[in-house]
Amino acid sequence: MTHLIDIVLLTFLVATAIAIVRLNSLFAVVMLFGIYSLITAGVFIALDAVDVAFTEAAVGAGISTVLMLGTLALVGHRQAPQQHSRALPLTVVVITGVVLLWGTADMPRFGDPEAPVHQHVAPRYIQDSPAEVGVPNMVTSVLASYRGFDTLGETAVVFTAGVAVLVLLGRRRRQHRDPGSSGD
Amino acid sequence: MQRDFVLRIIAKLLIPYILLFALYVQFHGDFGPGGGFQAGVIFAAGIILYALVNGFEQAVRLVSPRILPPIAAFGVLLYGGVGVVSMLRGGAFLDYNLLAHDPVHGQHYGILLIELGVGITVASIMLTIFYAFMERNR
Repeated sequence: MTHLIDIVLLTFLVATAIAIVRLNSLFAVVMLFGIYSLITAGVFIALDAVDVAFTEAAVGAGISTVLMLGTLALVGHRQAPQQHSRALPLTVVVITGVVLLWGTADMPRFGDPEAPVHQHVAPRYIQDSPAEVGVPNMVTSVLASYRGFDTLGETAVVFTAGVAVLVLLGRRRRQHRDPGSSGD
Repeated sequence: MQRDFVLRIIAKLLIPYILLFALYVQFHGDFGPGGGFQAGVIFAAGIILYALVNGFEQAVRLVSPRILPPIAAFGVLLYGGVGVVSMLRGGAFLDYNLLAHDPVHGQHYGILLIELGVGITVASIMLTIFYAFMERNR
């Protein structure tokens, strides 16, 4: 049953990706990106990664779609006709795909308990976090307590991204008053 | 937008529950899936839905874009402040064990506060980015 769900979700994922590549209307592409994120969230749920699925659904399918629609309103929603040949991009994509597939051959099997990622710090988190942190959701105790520095860094990155967008897009009126600025 | 009654009324019904759900995800993140980041995004999505349905001017009256950057900075400051407080109590930066007499209670307080900081920053930054695009489009 789980395999069936996986196959259905991955088939939808591939179909959406092919549709995104082939469509010229950027509006449809943005909506398909939202659908792609939603299907990805479904894949994450099938992998039991509910926290990641939550983030993917909220950010990928929700906010990103709105922001990309906002971008489309600025830049127009028709793709410019392609001038160059498609042979070179196709070659690059095929070679990258082959290399990636070749690389996954060396990876441990999916869900292998002997994989290095499950042997490093994970056993300590699983054994000691109920006594040390006492939070039932272990993802939260890793993110917020054991990896508190990382999460502080992530929060700073989000803050920096917002400041960067404000610098690039916001405060337009003040820029017009400034004679040294060449405007946008 | 004035004639889209169905859209407006459904959005009006949904928005309070979206905001409530964001608070639930924020403060229930220790026990279930979710946390500050997801809660911040959901909260911002609720306000963005309001802005999409009722227009930019109404949304600005609800949440002014001018107050958002200071709120975002406050979130990061709250996070870093928890670390500084744990340093002042004689521990390492972000060592929550020292925030209360019992180390596990200290961990709970620390996680609650830093998740709140993350949620505040993420919600206000998402809204800031959204407003920046909306202002450009006017």
